[in-house]
Amino acid sequence: MARRNAPEINAGSMADIAFLLLIFFLVTTTIEKDRGLVRALPPEQPENVEPPIIKEKNLFVVIVNKNDELLVEDKPMEMKDLQEAAIAFLDNGGVPKGQEGYCDYCQGERDPSSSDFPDKAIVTVKNDRETSYETYITVQNELVGAYNFLRDRESQRLYGWKFTEVKKAIDEGVYKGNEESTKEKLDVIKKMYPQKLSEIDPQS
Amino acid sequence: MSKFRKGGAKEVPAVNTASLPDIVFMLLFFFMVATVLRKNDVKVAQILPAADQTEKLQKDRSVYIFGGKPGEGYKQFGTEGKIQIGDKFVNINEVQPAILEEREKLRDELKDRVMVAFKVDKETNSGLVYDVKQELRQANMLKVIYITTQTEDAVTQ
Repeated sequence: MARRNAPEINAGSMADIAFLLLIFFLVTTTIEKDRGLVRALPPEQPENVEPPIIKEKNLFVVIVNKNDELLVEDKPMEMKDLQEAAIAFLDNGGVPKGQEGYCDYCQGERDPSSSDFPDKAIVTVKNDRETSYETYITVQNELVGAYNFLRDRESQRLYGWKFTEVKKAIDEGVYKGNEESTKEKLDVIKKMYPQKLSEIDPQS
Repeated sequence: MSKFRKGGAKEVPAVNTASLPDIVFMLLFFFMVATVLRKNDVKVAQILPAADQTEKLQKDRSVYIFGGKPGEGYKQFGTEGKIQIGDKFVNINEVQPAILEEREKLRDELKDRVMVAFKVDKETNSGLVYDVKQELRQANMLKVIYITTQTEDAVTQ
């Protein structure tokens, strides 16, 4: 039999194969989408160490009961007001002008019965053991939100960008510009409003 | 025989490719079903709480702890909130060895910078999470991240 010409291969299905590959990789690639609230736990304390004495006015106490209700500074409060109350407390700067420890960047009420200085202001949360995890996270979220609000405000004033946006860009590796010097600036802002969030052992 | 060989040397007809898309789709569905996307089989309910002040999780240095009520198919473990590390349920006194075991799976240079990721169902009691945190403090693994879902404004309820 005579040698025949090989028939041309139909390329019409190439598109299908390409789509198949595309879809396969789309499906198998897990996109990093887990996000969350980052916290640092306090290190284990040796038993015989005296805790430092903190003035009552520098403490912002949030108590959550087992019905997920809030008691903030001995007053019941709705969740939506928590962030505002925390901002007012942190940004208070109660030491009068001219005295040591005066906060020159605070824009708060300057109430002498509230916190002296952002660095001294401590937010502390006390949960019931039966508080739902959802409420616990929401409280933490609102308090972190208060810090982020103040940090954004100060970085906007000093450098013209927002702390949270720039930090996010650096964390995700998409920041354009000098990363080192920007990180130093972030640390300056962090020092202005250090995150002092503590937790008390839950009551059972 | 000659009845069918009239034209002498004839071209071989082109292969019919009409069924190729079907084969391709069959393959696609096979891989879609067969590919395991999750390394851990999560045995607890996982409806995460929502938050808006979140940061990104660095997966290469994270160890997961799951918490919540036993999920579908694991009801024999009761309805109380349970902790899952790796792919098994652990009691509170077994948290430390289990978490250290999980940490061994990370790359060497990242073991010191390990971050513990809590994936806890929103209906769990926070006391359970507190107990785990106490264990982590003893194990000196102090960086934690509470995995949440992202929302625009967390306080809408």
